[in-house]
Amino acid sequence: MAEFSRRNTLKLMTATLAAGASFSLLPRRAFASGQITVLNWQGYGTDEAWSLKQFTEKTGITVVHDYYSSESEMLTKMRTNPGAYDLVVLNAARCAQAVAEDLLQPIDFSKVPNAATVDEALRSNPNFSKDGVGFAVPWVWGMTALAIREGKPKPESYNALADATYKGRVAMDDDAIINVGIGALMTGQNMNDPQDLAAVTEALKSIKPNVKLLWSTEDQWNKSFAADEFDLSIFWSGGSVRSKRNSKLPVEFVVPKEGAVGWVDGLGIPATAPNPEGALAFANWMIDPAFYVEWATKVGAPASSNSSALNSLPADDLSRQVHNPDYLKTMSIMSALPDDRREAFNNVWQEVKAFYAE
Amino acid sequence: MQNDQLALAQTRGSVDPRVKRPLPAWVSTTALLLPTYGWLTLAVFLPLLTMLAFSFMSATPMGKTPVEFTLKQYRAFIDQPYLLRIGFNSLMMGFWTTLFCAILGFLAAVALVRATVGKTREALLVLILLPFWTNGLVRVFSWTMVLRENGFLDNLLHMVAPDAGSISILYTRYAVVLGLVHGYLPYMILTCYIALVTIDDAIIEAAASLGARWWTILYKILIPMAAPGLISGAVLIFIPVIGSFMEPRILGGRVGVTMGTVIEDQFTQAFNWPLGASLSFTLLAVVLAIFATFSGILRRGTAG
Repeated sequence: MAEFSRRNTLKLMTATLAAGASFSLLPRRAFASGQITVLNWQGYGTDEAWSLKQFTEKTGITVVHDYYSSESEMLTKMRTNPGAYDLVVLNAARCAQAVAEDLLQPIDFSKVPNAATVDEALRSNPNFSKDGVGFAVPWVWGMTALAIREGKPKPESYNALADATYKGRVAMDDDAIINVGIGALMTGQNMNDPQDLAAVTEALKSIKPNVKLLWSTEDQWNKSFAADEFDLSIFWSGGSVRSKRNSKLPVEFVVPKEGAVGWVDGLGIPATAPNPEGALAFANWMIDPAFYVEWATKVGAPASSNSSALNSLPADDLSRQVHNPDYLKTMSIMSALPDDRREAFNNVWQEVKAFYAE
Repeated sequence: MQNDQLALAQTRGSVDPRVKRPLPAWVSTTALLLPTYGWLTLAVFLPLLTMLAFSFMSATPMGKTPVEFTLKQYRAFIDQPYLLRIGFNSLMMGFWTTLFCAILGFLAAVALVRATVGKTREALLVLILLPFWTNGLVRVFSWTMVLRENGFLDNLLHMVAPDAGSISILYTRYAVVLGLVHGYLPYMILTCYIALVTIDDAIIEAAASLGARWWTILYKILIPMAAPGLISGAVLIFIPVIGSFMEPRILGGRVGVTMGTVIEDQFTQAFNWPLGASLSFTLLAVVLAIFATFSGILRRGTAG
């Protein structure tokens, strides 16, 4: 190294400073009044290009997205990035958790005219409200149950997962709450509060010889199913419709006699949202029959919470057939879990996974 | 005096008419070191310290749950004994990956150094580094296409022997180690290559002229002299491999449960950062203990 003249050293330092400054400026988002940021799973309704185009034409509001790959990641993002999101798609169970942590603001339903025809049972779901105040617009509901390759016999019970005829042909959802729920249904317990977790653990462990893989995204499920890696799987009702319609996969959604694990997703507005007005307008569009019919028929969607939107679907629609209202009778809806139970569920699944890996 | 000035002008090679006054040496030194140490503090030391603090908390300090000081997170291996098995499997995964990387990487480096010269050698080095430019996730996913049933390998086999069964190893430990070896091999090739190029050809010629066979040259000269490269490569590979979670998750299927995936689950799924942090530090302690046990060998190797 030769000597450094003052000029050169200063030049180097300036360049470093400039680089640092521009780097720290880059991630800052422009909070234009006509823009909202939506936090959601990727490819889950809110980010359909045709819908965003129509919405921007109608309201002048542009929509940008950020994605999460698990529900706890969504909560983590809301906790750690205040002011970053205007609208968050969140499950009923997680909604109660978010409300308890003051992460959401109350919904002004007068600004969501389409909510008038939203199913009252969903709107008054205790997970979505606190002291009679609604904290999320119910958006869509659906089921998690079994998916089977077409041509195979339809399973009647979740115990088919442990049936020796499916040796090495089962895929499980890598989600602690769902799996403990299925385990509870297999052993005849309340899905939201199983008293005998040891029995649940044993039931899940009994599936081991059949388990081929644990899937964590719909894309991974589609690729593996298309590659004929498994026949029977824990899967989502909406996912099965999308796989069948878009990827032409020979899959059939089955609700066994124990009933499906039900879920409801809502649209919540973070307490720190920079543009709540725009978020309400977008929430209204998300339950609009015009949007829903196009989403459900062209892409495949879970059942809309808006009964007038669901009734606008053609009678032979795949999604309408899969989301048969009869299933609502046997379906248990996932509700909020206290921290210690959630931790216990996570430990059960962690232990079962370790057992699968032995 | 005049001579001194002339000499000074010469060393600077100054044809620039502008006057340049040299800065005191410590200013340049500090200015040049500042970014490095600033970055180390910001990117390594502070996050590590934060995680250490997290590992003593009873709950993640976000949200409304009250946070208390506790040591219970470090009891995880006692309270959840199945973690021991996962930890052992992760160490074995690290061992096999490092071993295969060492064998393949050392041989590749020997071939590079002994069998090529000049431009060819440079081109081959670039080819070895080329996969580094692709995203690791893409490389792992492409392995799933090669290894799965009716995948690339199966199709190749069925062209030769149409009745043969599937040789798919996807969703087994072999697939995980294969993916990891593929991902980390370049580190070993580079560290071994750097150690091997410094060996004087004359030593090998002398050994050969005194009647040493190729295996004697390999075991008595090449391996001992390249030991620093082998060891630094092994350390570079072993540490990230036992904490890896992407490769086991994608290639391992149901057997792809490692300390890495357990820790990742604590951060992304269970939202139990304290447990994730304490597991990470326990793993770090185990790694340090392993290196401490072998520190004698490591020191001798790197000194040679």
